[in-house]
Amino acid sequence: MNLDSKIPSGPLTQKWENHIANLKLVNPANKRKYTVIVVGTGLAGASAAASLAELGYNVKAFFIHDSPRRAHSIAAQGGINAAKNYPNDGDTVWRLFYDTIKGGDYRAREANVYRLAHLSTAIIDQCVAQGVPFAREYSGELANRSFGGAQVSRTFYARGQTGQQLLLGAYQAMLRQVDAGKVTMYPRREMLDLVLKDGRAEGIVARDLVTGKIERHAAHAVVLCTGGYGRVFYLSTNAMNSNATAAWRCHRKGAAFANPCFTQIHPTCIPVAGEHAQSKLTLMSESLRNDGRVWVPKRKEDAKKHPSEIKDEDRDYYLERKYPSFGNLVPRDVASRNAKDVCDEGRGVGSSGLSVYLDFRDAIKRDGENVIREKYGNLFDMYHRITDENPYQVPMRMYPAVHYTMGGLWVDYNLMSNIPGLHVLGEANFSDHGANRLGASALMQGLCDGYFVIPYTIGHYLAQVGAFKLDSESSEFKAAEAAVNNEIKRLMTVNEKGKRTVNEFYKDLGKIMWDKVGMARNEAGLKSAISEIQKMRAEYGENLKIGGNSSELNKNLEMASRVGDFLELGELMARDALMRKESCGGHFREESQTPDGEADRDDANFSFVGAWEYKGANAEPALHKENLVFENVKPSQRSYK
Amino acid sequence: MSQNISVKVKVWRQDGPQATGQFESFDLSGISTDMSFLEMLDTLNEQLLKEGKRPVEFDSDCREGICGSCGCMINGMAHGPERGATVCQLHMRSFKNGQTIVVEPWRATAFPVIKDLVVDRSAFDRIIAAGGYVSVKSGRHADANVMLVPKDTAEKAMDVAQCIGCGACVAACPNASASLFTGAKITHLALLPQGKVEAARRVQRMTDQMDSEGFGGCTNIGECLAACPKEIKMEAIVSMRREFIKGAFAEPPRQAGSDNA
Repeated sequence: MNLDSKIPSGPLTQKWENHIANLKLVNPANKRKYTVIVVGTGLAGASAAASLAELGYNVKAFFIHDSPRRAHSIAAQGGINAAKNYPNDGDTVWRLFYDTIKGGDYRAREANVYRLAHLSTAIIDQCVAQGVPFAREYSGELANRSFGGAQVSRTFYARGQTGQQLLLGAYQAMLRQVDAGKVTMYPRREMLDLVLKDGRAEGIVARDLVTGKIERHAAHAVVLCTGGYGRVFYLSTNAMNSNATAAWRCHRKGAAFANPCFTQIHPTCIPVAGEHAQSKLTLMSESLRNDGRVWVPKRKEDAKKHPSEIKDEDRDYYLERKYPSFGNLVPRDVASRNAKDVCDEGRGVGSSGLSVYLDFRDAIKRDGENVIREKYGNLFDMYHRITDENPYQVPMRMYPAVHYTMGGLWVDYNLMSNIPGLHVLGEANFSDHGANRLGASALMQGLCDGYFVIPYTIGHYLAQVGAFKLDSESSEFKAAEAAVNNEIKRLMTVNEKGKRTVNEFYKDLGKIMWDKVGMARNEAGLKSAISEIQKMRAEYGENLKIGGNSSELNKNLEMASRVGDFLELGELMARDALMRKESCGGHFREESQTPDGEADRDDANFSFVGAWEYKGANAEPALHKENLVFENVKPSQRSYK
Repeated sequence: MSQNISVKVKVWRQDGPQATGQFESFDLSGISTDMSFLEMLDTLNEQLLKEGKRPVEFDSDCREGICGSCGCMINGMAHGPERGATVCQLHMRSFKNGQTIVVEPWRATAFPVIKDLVVDRSAFDRIIAAGGYVSVKSGRHADANVMLVPKDTAEKAMDVAQCIGCGACVAACPNASASLFTGAKITHLALLPQGKVEAARRVQRMTDQMDSEGFGGCTNIGECLAACPKEIKMEAIVSMRREFIKGAFAEPPRQAGSDNA
């Protein structure tokens, strides 16, 4: 497998401009001769579809929801970073680049991250031109706030609904192209296979989720924007339908899967409540950490007391104590791990003992309840509604939850996977966040890829392959269609005798992943996770209960095929975590820590991207390494003390 | 405090778009009041599967009230009894032990039923496609701070821009009018300087599309306001009408074709 990152030569700050100058172009009159398939319509997908159609390409947009606006980008709360330096507090493109590469624990490519920081400012201009109602100052200028781990105020926001407003901007831009006849939408369609011809991606096989009909769609290139795979943990902040199936099917067709073990556990989520059939966890924006103080009791014995009964001197504001310069604003991985540590010590609060306080008492005393309400009102209401506790009166309780996956399909600098023609954007790729993503960077990356990278790089690919005749009747298409049909038929056959529901398997997988491939991993746990998942995969092939039939809307069947892929992906994640015998970012190997319990990164042996090649359902995957070269920053051990 | 209750769920079952539907009742016990309403339906579906019956189909995704996927009539109320919330944000603590809960899909000609509680809301996408945007190109633009927008205007725009497109306004309206939805987008864009350029054309096209989809007319009943999970105000509809009348007095568009030399 050839993993050529195609990073352009020249100084870091000029690589992208130089690269653009060398990219091949498609003549404006010829663009209409090309068809591009975009799968997924979140920030990356909708912005890519809008931009490519704007250029003149014919775009076919596929999504599993009833409307493109439902994609999970809609739920992002906090904000989007951009190095505008409007507050005059010393931000630069370089600083955003440096913060992002350092925050990612030096496991991302310098060139990609620099491009992201460089293009960040154009994203804000684009979104404002579209009419995205960002928060403003009384002067009429845009407002900024500081956000998890950053020491400058570079985050733009629209109340606690930034993802929603950015996605609606991209969605509207895309629908404008639907109106212009340049984008054709395929709602309630799920991509189930990638079709290759002569080694190139030339289309997809999709299932119409309403009729169950399997369809073949040909194109000159495929752009995958299907998001992350956090739902492999069952309970996460991801939406119910977020899944890895499209990406995993591409992996099976030869696309390398990079750094699958890099998952982000977000520190501030509403904790699991009791034993009922909880289906998902709810994130509370980490902007809350700007004003809320995180604490647990100093003594275990106080953990069950009402917080108002615990005096100040008996409280342990552990983030402020351990990390005086960053305090409550340490990066997500550090905040999450510390919450786990204090709960493991028995100092966790709430009925389960698995939560820490996020307390606004002092902020309310300092600024008044109205100021806090104006900043966080919707989040406080959301918390109140879910927990039945009023956070203006008692501290919120928080616990980390799976939120984002930094790993994903391997791509080069042009965002193309190792399969020619298959491009991967946004959370679905692995490229920009290294081992840990900083807050307010996901929205930035999704839109950067869709609005400002793919419009340039896809032309370079298309110009080289030419506007060949599309043929969805080819033997390759028919073979892919038959394979998908067979797989569905197989599931429905198992269903006839199966006893355990999809959800029962899924919960078991989630528990293995959370306990053994979650916030802290060790060799014994990972090995046992691999063998437990293998056993579960075998049973999944024999004892699965689905219900309904395959020629109608059947959400349980959709889940059955997604959970089947999660089982395979979960095993790969455990293998990747086992291979990476270092702690870095969101991946904490217990065997690799400093004497004071902080993550101990091993640059001598692990400064690489681990990209896995699929070798068959029951064969061990092959590891390929792309070495990371740091010419502009010197990897240092992250310290937030 | 959390407790367990029993409820009777009377739910609309319909096999497909052309099929005749009917209510079916199920008894559920041991339902924690901490459960969300949709988790209660998940529990019902697990029970049905175990009994070899077909699960109840319903749309849901983010389960935190922002994606707009979920929605059904609960005891005759769109999104159920809780104000300013979607079905996924409704908890079983809103119901009493032993209560009967009637669950139906959105009812509107423009939202045909696909199956059980799942309806087709693509009419909303077509309304947005008819002009619910600013026609700027995707790409480079002037620096964002070149255009000043008063804070108050931005806040008002955000009040309506936060519509989640769930369709509760249509379902709650006796006329099945989509005026709140359409008005919210028209108002958002008409408030901002970026959107004013095309305001006249936008309001004309979007309202034409709304009418052609089979939604009813608005007669100021206000049920939509009570059902809206984002509590969007009547102002959205008022402003849509104002824009419509302004648009009617606007100069007619000039003929295209003279600038192609």
